[in-house]
Amino acid sequence: MAVIRDVIPQLELFQPSSTEDAVALLAEHGSDAWVYAGGLDTLDWFKDRVKRPRVVVDLGAIESLREIRSTPDGLEIGAMAKLIDVVNHSEIQSQFPALAFAAKSAASPQIRNQGTIGGNISQDTRCWYYRDGWTCYRAGGNICYASPPTAMNREHCILGASRCVAVNPSDTAPVLVALGASMVVRRGRSERVVPAEEFFVGPEIDIERMTVLEPGDLLTSIRVPSTWAGTRVYFEKVRDRDTWDFPLVNVATAIRQDGDTIQDLRVVVNGVAPTPVRLTAVENAIRGQARNEDTATRAGDAAIQGVAPLTHNGFKVNLMRNLVKRSIRDEPMTA
Amino acid sequence: MSQEIIEVAGETAQQGVSRRGFIKGAIAASAAVSSSNYLFRSNGGALLAQTPAAGAVERLITVNVNGRSRRIDVPPMETVATTLRYKLGLTGTKIGCDRAECGACTVLVDGQPHYGCSLLTHSVRGREVTTIEGLESEDGTLHPMQQAVLEEQGFQCAFCMSGFIMNSVALLNDNPNPSRKQAAEWLSGNLCRCADYDKILTSVQRAAEITRGA
Repeated sequence: MAVIRDVIPQLELFQPSSTEDAVALLAEHGSDAWVYAGGLDTLDWFKDRVKRPRVVVDLGAIESLREIRSTPDGLEIGAMAKLIDVVNHSEIQSQFPALAFAAKSAASPQIRNQGTIGGNISQDTRCWYYRDGWTCYRAGGNICYASPPTAMNREHCILGASRCVAVNPSDTAPVLVALGASMVVRRGRSERVVPAEEFFVGPEIDIERMTVLEPGDLLTSIRVPSTWAGTRVYFEKVRDRDTWDFPLVNVATAIRQDGDTIQDLRVVVNGVAPTPVRLTAVENAIRGQARNEDTATRAGDAAIQGVAPLTHNGFKVNLMRNLVKRSIRDEPMTA
Repeated sequence: MSQEIIEVAGETAQQGVSRRGFIKGAIAASAAVSSSNYLFRSNGGALLAQTPAAGAVERLITVNVNGRSRRIDVPPMETVATTLRYKLGLTGTKIGCDRAECGACTVLVDGQPHYGCSLLTHSVRGREVTTIEGLESEDGTLHPMQQAVLEEQGFQCAFCMSGFIMNSVALLNDNPNPSRKQAAEWLSGNLCRCADYDKILTSVQRAAEITRGA
């Protein structure tokens, strides 16, 4: 059984107590280093011996990275804030309830007690060919095992594939994109702020990464501007099991209304492409119109223009259409 | 794996008749315990005394388990479940999937349920770990949740039981009177292959009753 086979190979562990020490370690060890947050995604990789970094930098002892605080422009959520802290934070609940709801939709209670928001948005894809250590494009090889007609690709891309057909599995990511959040990334002594839409990268940009984070980079916090605070933000996730599981498709839609009229909106889906996808065509199609059943239906129809499902994931097309429709039509659910 | 070597060597030392056996055992043990990583590390240089890098971790650490401080030798990538079972002999904590999916390894860390298989022992230094062995009181009285499981026959094979009980204890601490729906949601990170979920939820209700003195 699992126990003996899964002893994790020897690695050098660092548990720095400050961000400065952590970025110094990451600079020193470069691509040999692995950033360790909650550890849920990480330890699976290590146990399966698919990823074998020489150095692990555990951020668990850096208290300042756990803070969630108000700023003049909104909220700043430390990358190491646990999902449960995001779920329970009073200001997130009142200003951005969809974010709390999305965080609560992720994984299981035990994982939310340990998993972090930084880890949730930076986690690797769940494509099982890749995770089982097959030498696919994403693993540095020159083939995709999930895209041939005979492959098991029920959970894979219907949009935006480029050689690799794996999807981004995050639940909080689409909400953060919808809210216009940005990610604060430290590298050495410098800091850069990356808009959420640019934070996630697809295989056409870099097939071996899910985000802009390169060796030496450290995601320190997520800034959520007050732009969409208190507006109508809808999140819904569909998954096979009603707990633990990753999304088949999820949707996050922020709408600012004037009476019945949709003044402005942002529609984002995830689980359908290598990155969370902002559906600007949908936004443009219904901006300025009344929010009703008809508009919602047209939004759903616009959402699925240009999809390219694989052998076993055609169901995701209808799922995406209906989720986008509901996200316009229905009242938001809360945690 | 080095721990196994230590224990084998230790046994040899205790049972061995010859002094040579003892000395060999002692050498093997000490090498495995302290120096092999440093002596044979591929990047070298460790034989000369270096200032440890910021955040470098010691292998000998103290972990508080069930109210006792335990001094243990822990490799960097050892999980809490492994440490509990194979270093401390607390085999009540089970390892099922070892992938943060099934919940059999659930233990409490500072009162919060965590998957012990997916938490590094080095991450629980200075924190309170509670396992199924730490639930009964000193006079042997079972925790209400344990008593409830006995009364309601909550499990068939019970491999998943420790994890369910630990998570239920956390639930009852958080909410002494949970509804079945609340309990089901709280326990949704634990799997029971015998599918005894109904009896498990009944046990949680019974534990709440026992706590209320009903």
